Amino acid sequence: MEYILIIIAAVFVSNIVLNQFLGICPFIGVSSKVSTAFGMTGAVTFVMVIATLVTYIIFQYVLVPFQLEYMRTITFILVIASLVQLVEIILKKISPPLYQALGIFLPLITTNCAVLGVAVLAVQKDFNMLESVVFAAGNALGFGLALITFSGIREYLELKSVPKRMKGVPIAFIVAGLMALAFMGFAGMV
Amino acid sequence: MSNLSRMASGTRFGIRCRVQPSSVKALEGKRCREILQIKWCLQTNTMNQWKNFSKGLLKENAVFALFLGLCPTLGVTTSAINGLGMGLATTFVLVMSNLVVSLVKNFIPDKVRIPSFIVIIATFVTIVEMVMKAYVPVLFDALGLFIPLIVVNCIVLGRAEAFASKNGVWSSIVDGAGMGLGFGLALTVLGSVREILGSGSIFGFKFIAGDGMLVFVLAPGAFIALGYLIVLANMLKEKTS
Amino acid sequence: MAKKKSTFLNMVLTLLVITLVASALLGSIYSVTSEPIRMAELAQKNEAIQTVVPPFDNVPSEEVSKLALDGDTLYFYTARIGDSIIGTAVETFTNEGFSGEIKLMVGFRPDGTIIDIAVLSHAETPGLGDKMEKSKSAFSVQFQDKNPESFRLAVKKDRGDVDAITASTISSRAYCDAVQRAYDGYMKVKKEK
Repeated sequence: MEYILIIIAAVFVSNIVLNQFLGICPFIGVSSKVSTAFGMTGAVTFVMVIATLVTYIIFQYVLVPFQLEYMRTITFILVIASLVQLVEIILKKISPPLYQALGIFLPLITTNCAVLGVAVLAVQKDFNMLESVVFAAGNALGFGLALITFSGIREYLELKSVPKRMKGVPIAFIVAGLMALAFMGFAGMV
Repeated sequence: MSNLSRMASGTRFGIRCRVQPSSVKALEGKRCREILQIKWCLQTNTMNQWKNFSKGLLKENAVFALFLGLCPTLGVTTSAINGLGMGLATTFVLVMSNLVVSLVKNFIPDKVRIPSFIVIIATFVTIVEMVMKAYVPVLFDALGLFIPLIVVNCIVLGRAEAFASKNGVWSSIVDGAGMGLGFGLALTVLGSVREILGSGSIFGFKFIAGDGMLVFVLAPGAFIALGYLIVLANMLKEKTS
Repeated sequence: MAKKKSTFLNMVLTLLVITLVASALLGSIYSVTSEPIRMAELAQKNEAIQTVVPPFDNVPSEEVSKLALDGDTLYFYTARIGDSIIGTAVETFTNEGFSGEIKLMVGFRPDGTIIDIAVLSHAETPGLGDKMEKSKSAFSVQFQDKNPESFRLAVKKDRGDVDAITASTISSRAYCDAVQRAYDGYMKVKKEK
């Protein structure tokens, strides 16, 4: 039950993009097509879950015992950067089709603040290992939900007549604002 | 790396300038010309640095033009003072990382460039984190998670990769300062708009009793306010150019 | 100077040197700032204690007792004048907040009456939930001089006695939850004595 609550909270109530403002760059940057949105979601889910697990283990079993908590940021970002590289190499060897689908999104993920943000949040919230992984998976789902619905709206928006100066990014932000407004309706569910 | 390649298109400025005596006939005239040319040379150099600095404020503004660093832009700007604090913290990291990257750029092999830059940036971010915690704990609490997230702010890595790794120390510092202050400016403007509309106050000074339009303090207002500010910035750019 | 070639040795050496310098730098800055950070946290705590209990002549932050409750810890700071206890500041918490944990400092008279409440940390929405802070609204004043034995610590919507912050029922509920936890913990410790 507890895990279901964590997932619902992460996906709807405090959606990582629309409520926590993490991962906005890919949210605006790669949301013009539904198919790329799916690819990005897959890559983020993959990296986010593994990164949260690895950083959790490093934080609890290396940094805390040696009282090196202040090295958190630098360790986490290094872990994420090397993990992304590793995932890229392994995918290339094991599953070329999957690499074809996710490959171009992987380098972008190093600078995706959602991944580092979720890793830091999981540590800050004092989750245990399983809870951290569930939390990461929930946030990845929330990211996917926001990104894919948003890209659907943007594809539709292409066909509509939008005032000249509002075209492109400005109208995208206003649409995102309306989506955030809709997601506020979930507040208080958990 | 579409963000990085977008940053890479930034302009580079030559800082060399030669005096060409052959084009001058009389000796006195030559002297005169030389001095004039040196003067012109110095002037364009400072002009170039000014251009280098000011491009970050509007023309290549990180938020309004390049759409980089959007997470902290939306996340911390519930009030003007938070925006300003975040802007200054990011400026510090940008200037210092640009400085160090431009100093060590020749010692770093190409293949480990990005990881090295990330370590340099993360170091300065952690320094900012510790210093703020020690001396301005109130601001640190308000900015919260977004201080460690300066590491993944695409502007910082973007400038290190696109500018500091190709340019001299002085230009890199100027570039970092300009980009950082432009970012800070954008955050302060957005924070002010949200604070004025949302809580009826500015920098904490209340000028309307009661609540404002609360939606602007909440998440949806952040997106909507930024959307309209980008339109305004575009109009301003059209006018100036 | 020519750029270094990307040989394996060069790469490993570069990364090693950079991480070593970075760790050394961070270590030294940490040792400089760790004391001020501790002092800043202590100062904030002491200030909160001072606002929620009457003037005292001991050092409450050195007279701490702990009680593990609901997966976290309550801290009790005893304030005295001479030998008589004039009040206890209880550092309490709740996870029911709208966005994350809320920490409060609640002052109790020896009979269990609330003296005053201060907010230590929260992440509630600015303009809404943050009105629990004393500087932002009079919400916390209604708790003064109330004894939770007769004063029901729940918002009126939940048939309690607390006027909730407008449009922030969740934050108000969380606030009541934290105060209730402090009261329960305080009474439990008192009984054991």
